[in-house]
Amino acid sequence: MAMLSIRQISKRFGAHNALRDASLDLGSGEFFSILGPSGCGKSTLLRILGGFEAPDSGSICLDGKDITRLLPSERPTNMVFQRYALFPHLSVAENVGFSLSLQKKVTASDRRRRIDEALALVAMDGLGERSVQSLSGGQQQRVALARAIICRPRVLLLDEPLSALDLQLRLRMQVELRALQRRLGMTFVFVTHDQGEALSMSDRMAVINGGHIEQVGTPSALYDRPATDFVASFLGTMNRVPVQFHAPCEHSANHVWVELTGGQRLRARWSEGTTMPPSGALVSMLVRPEKMGIREDCHGSTPRMTEAGDELTLSCRVADMAFHGATTQITGQLHDVDISVTATHLNRDGLPVGLGQGSRVRLVVKTEHILIAPDNARN
Amino acid sequence: MEMEGALATVELKRRPRPHAIAYLISLVCYGLMLLPLVAIIFYSFLAPGDASDASQWSFTWDWYQALSHDESILEALTTSLIVAVVASLGSTSIGLLGALALHRSQFSRSELVSGLATLPLALPELVLGLASVIWFGTIGLSLGINSVIIGHITLTTAYVVTVINARLTDFDSAVIDAASDLGATPWQVARRVTIPLLAPAIGAGAMMAFTLSFDDFMISFFTAGVDHDTLPMRIYSMIRFGINREIYALSTVLILLTITGLGVSSWLRRRSI
Repeated sequence: MAMLSIRQISKRFGAHNALRDASLDLGSGEFFSILGPSGCGKSTLLRILGGFEAPDSGSICLDGKDITRLLPSERPTNMVFQRYALFPHLSVAENVGFSLSLQKKVTASDRRRRIDEALALVAMDGLGERSVQSLSGGQQQRVALARAIICRPRVLLLDEPLSALDLQLRLRMQVELRALQRRLGMTFVFVTHDQGEALSMSDRMAVINGGHIEQVGTPSALYDRPATDFVASFLGTMNRVPVQFHAPCEHSANHVWVELTGGQRLRARWSEGTTMPPSGALVSMLVRPEKMGIREDCHGSTPRMTEAGDELTLSCRVADMAFHGATTQITGQLHDVDISVTATHLNRDGLPVGLGQGSRVRLVVKTEHILIAPDNARN
Repeated sequence: MEMEGALATVELKRRPRPHAIAYLISLVCYGLMLLPLVAIIFYSFLAPGDASDASQWSFTWDWYQALSHDESILEALTTSLIVAVVASLGSTSIGLLGALALHRSQFSRSELVSGLATLPLALPELVLGLASVIWFGTIGLSLGINSVIIGHITLTTAYVVTVINARLTDFDSAVIDAASDLGATPWQVARRVTIPLLAPAIGAGAMMAFTLSFDDFMISFFTAGVDHDTLPMRIYSMIRFGINREIYALSTVLILLTITGLGVSSWLRRRSI
């Protein structure tokens, strides 16, 4: 089923482990992003896919054929390079038609037709005679794209292609790139360090850290149910509230019991790939600001759980409110523990009545949105 | 505010113009350096007579005409040109490959290798010439035009490597990856991308090598043996019988060729791609 299958790829550069046992399966026509901080190994993985680096171990299969040892020129993959890597001595059309000009069986008229077609796909019609140095960054980006897709590779590899563009242009190119990918039905492997890009453009994505693939899934799955502390903290923002580790959950693996102040117990997911601490150790409870509902009244003791154990209520004193139009960001001190948290309120029905600086509110979180991680696991 | 403005103006006025003195010093230095060359060129056109009396100066092409009829000089010129052309072709090819290899290699000792490759730049030519002639004797290579060419290639390759290396440092090697990604074989990458992009540096290196070889005396002197005088060697042996105006004319030819070669070389090097 998988069109591109990456099996346990490892790569070292001297003492540096660039990739450790990286495995991925990509479907045909998928827009797949590889997201991670700089130096995490994402570009190395892309370069291995393109054939520019040989892995120390592991294999890559494309359409069932092992391509691990093939040269870049022998692979049905093409790459859009980070700084475009256009040929400065050739015109736009010559750049785009470079791969065709190497193939003797393509006639000159056929080549011209296909160059025009590729330029039209990236909205660069009629600019074929220009020199690439006279182009703006965005236009160079489009030429690099046209050059890479003209031979219709099975997989298009994109190495942070938008990082050199200014924000406006980047946002526009995100939309265009996505549209182009749908139109061509081509598999895109898109490497980026920009979480916004990865979340908004991808069908599926992988988060990679320290040469290790932390989690693979749809953007919403990774955002809503991060498997590890790293994924949770790297995507979006997270509140970290210290709690006491109690015990692993006897009924489901990956879940643990933790104890909040006042002895209240809570069952939530445990961050994957980390060893559980002894009972009583300090761990972190991770919750996204927008997963915390804000209620105005604050009666009853907190923290408390619902009967079914699926919702946690915390009490908090509002320290600051920042109005952002669509949302309001509330920063407050948690009752009892003196920990600062932020909650994002969607201003759909206005703010809760009487909410202001110093007022007490209840924060309500579904336990499925909580991740428990070792206290210092960040990085 | 006004006070500050006034102070700033005074400050500006009081400060000596930094460039004037610097310009003057460089002008004097260059003048002193170039004056002998200018004098040689001047004398090469001066007709016989008392040179100290400006009123008797008259100019002539006679010395150049004499040169063009001097068999031994024409022979030396031919030798010099052959040596310079072959040596610059040879050192450009070797230097290009060497620079590319140094640039691409992840070999941890490439610093050392590039240091060794450019060592002849720092070595006294006397040592280089002496070492060459001893070495040629050891391996049984008879001295002649071939040994001069080999000796010159040793020296000029170092310059070619340096010139091409300088260009390679700001060369985006991603374009080589891009070409091979788009289906080019290593040969196609070289022919369609690397060499066209390096053309100015290759040309500059070749011109530099040509000029150096054409001007070289020391290495030629050691490695030429008998009967294969280059132009600088010819001048040297002519001087031993006294300086005449023909030597001025010949030197002027050398100066002009050298300036042209270096000029073309630096023009090519500065041409950015």
